[in-house]
Amino acid sequence: MAAIVELQDIGITFPGGERPVFDGINVAVERGEFVIIVGASGAGKSTLLRVVAGLLAPSRGTLSHSFTERPDQRSVAMVFQEARLMPWRRVRDNVALGLEGLAVSAAERDRRVDDALALVGLANYGSRWTHELSGGQRQRIGIARALAVEPDLLLMDEPFGALDAITRQTLQDELLRIWGETGKSILFVTHDIDEAVHLGDRVLLLGGTPARITHTYDVDTARPRDRDAADANRVGAQVKADLSGLFDQGGGI
Amino acid sequence: MSKRTFLGAGGLFAFLLIWELVARSGVVEATLLPAPSKLPATLISEVTLGFWHKMVLASLNHYLIGLISGSLLGVIVGGAVALFPTLDAVQSWLARLLRPIPPLAWIPFAIIWFGISETAAAFIIAIGVFWINYFTAYTAVRAVDPDLIELAASFGHRSLGARLRKVILPAAAPGLLSGLRAGLGQGWMTVVAAELFGITGIGQRMNEAAGLLATEVVVIYMLTIALLYGLSDMLFVAVQNRVLRWQR
Ligand SMILES: Nc1ncnc2c1ncn2[C@@H]1O[C@H](COP(=O)(O)OP(=O)(O)OP(=O)(O)O)[C@@H](O)[C@H]1O
Ligand SMILES: [Mg+2]
Repeated sequence: MAAIVELQDIGITFPGGERPVFDGINVAVERGEFVIIVGASGAGKSTLLRVVAGLLAPSRGTLSHSFTERPDQRSVAMVFQEARLMPWRRVRDNVALGLEGLAVSAAERDRRVDDALALVGLANYGSRWTHELSGGQRQRIGIARALAVEPDLLLMDEPFGALDAITRQTLQDELLRIWGETGKSILFVTHDIDEAVHLGDRVLLLGGTPARITHTYDVDTARPRDRDAADANRVGAQVKADLSGLFDQGGGI
Repeated sequence: MSKRTFLGAGGLFAFLLIWELVARSGVVEATLLPAPSKLPATLISEVTLGFWHKMVLASLNHYLIGLISGSLLGVIVGGAVALFPTLDAVQSWLARLLRPIPPLAWIPFAIIWFGISETAAAFIIAIGVFWINYFTAYTAVRAVDPDLIELAASFGHRSLGARLRKVILPAAAPGLLSGLRAGLGQGWMTVVAAELFGITGIGQRMNEAAGLLATEVVVIYMLTIALLYGLSDMLFVAVQNRVLRWQR
């Protein structure tokens, strides 16, 4: 099975930065896989996603992929921690942002926006202004905007980090449903380990200076998962132990 | 009618009343302070003699040419300087040197370069309007959230044109529009002064009338300016509200 995206020996040094943020990162996401990256704040999780999104060229290493590259879709789409909606666009037009410039007819664009809004449960919110939405709704619009471009790979950078616990759980379950329905490959960043083991097929721990993938965990728990599934929690406890081990060595912060 | 409207109308009425009483009482000489009751007749005579619309049209012409060219240049140059760090560095001292020069201080050069002409008046108006828009456009473009630019890039809008259309212009629109509105007012303030040197228009007619102590004619044109400014500002605010209807 060809990985949808594979990072080999990726290194990043910011201009003016004395030390590389990472050195020798290897990550592969298989088609349809839900991969989680956890790591301390400042470890370089967002930077890694920006490399995968093509927003930042790596200083070394290679990035290979097997994207479909159809003219009516985008290979990758990002969901950010803060929803990043454009306040001057209505909800529909925010969702349509990534469709502009694609080979998509107006009718097809409308259909995709409707479908994406329905997927996130906000079918009737298209004509609202973004300031008329709650935090959880804004985040769902960010997800709908990413889904509308039918990406091969969905990148999510702590998308639920700013939400309250209950909304967070609701959106996690909704994301799992959407993942089940669309079969997307997902690379998801979080520092919430319970979230990581609830969502992921695989959890990668990013740590150290410069950062690398120090640990990899397979979460084999059958889906749908119970929030207190014993084996997922066992993995979670292991991740926590390893993370604090890294922390004690002075990696990250 | 709300209490506010009522009080507003009352204040205006009281002002006119006191003005009329003072003018009639003979405390001040009639030429120094024309009574408001004399104004309608003066307006009618200015209109029937053909002065009023000739002057208003001429001023409107200078105003619009100066306003449009000053605003466009100000927004384009100010925006470009905000986008390109090299330009920003080049302009930093230059702008500090040129901006404090009041528009009216350019009158001698305007006349030397363009003669006593419409162009000279439009040029002076354009200068004031330019600087206002230059600085508001600069500030507004600098304040655009880089996260939104990154967002647009991540969804495929990376070229300068796409960035401008999808993010920078709409995000900077509130600032740009408030600059345009301030320029609208600044333009009316300079229009009269720019015409005092014999360029046909409201300012020139006021100057003539003042020379003949026809103060009621001066007042007519003062009120005309107020009316034109009020109207153009009202129109602009209507457009502004429409464009910015996404704001809370
Ligand atoms: N544009 C940049 N220029 C220089 N250094 C940067 C830049 N962006 C990020 N860094 C540095 O790279 C490191 C990783 O940052 P990054 O944002 O990827 O961390 P993160 O793991 O996402 O942290 P958090 O969990 O707090 O979001 C940090 O030390 C940060 O200071
Ligand atoms: Mg981050």
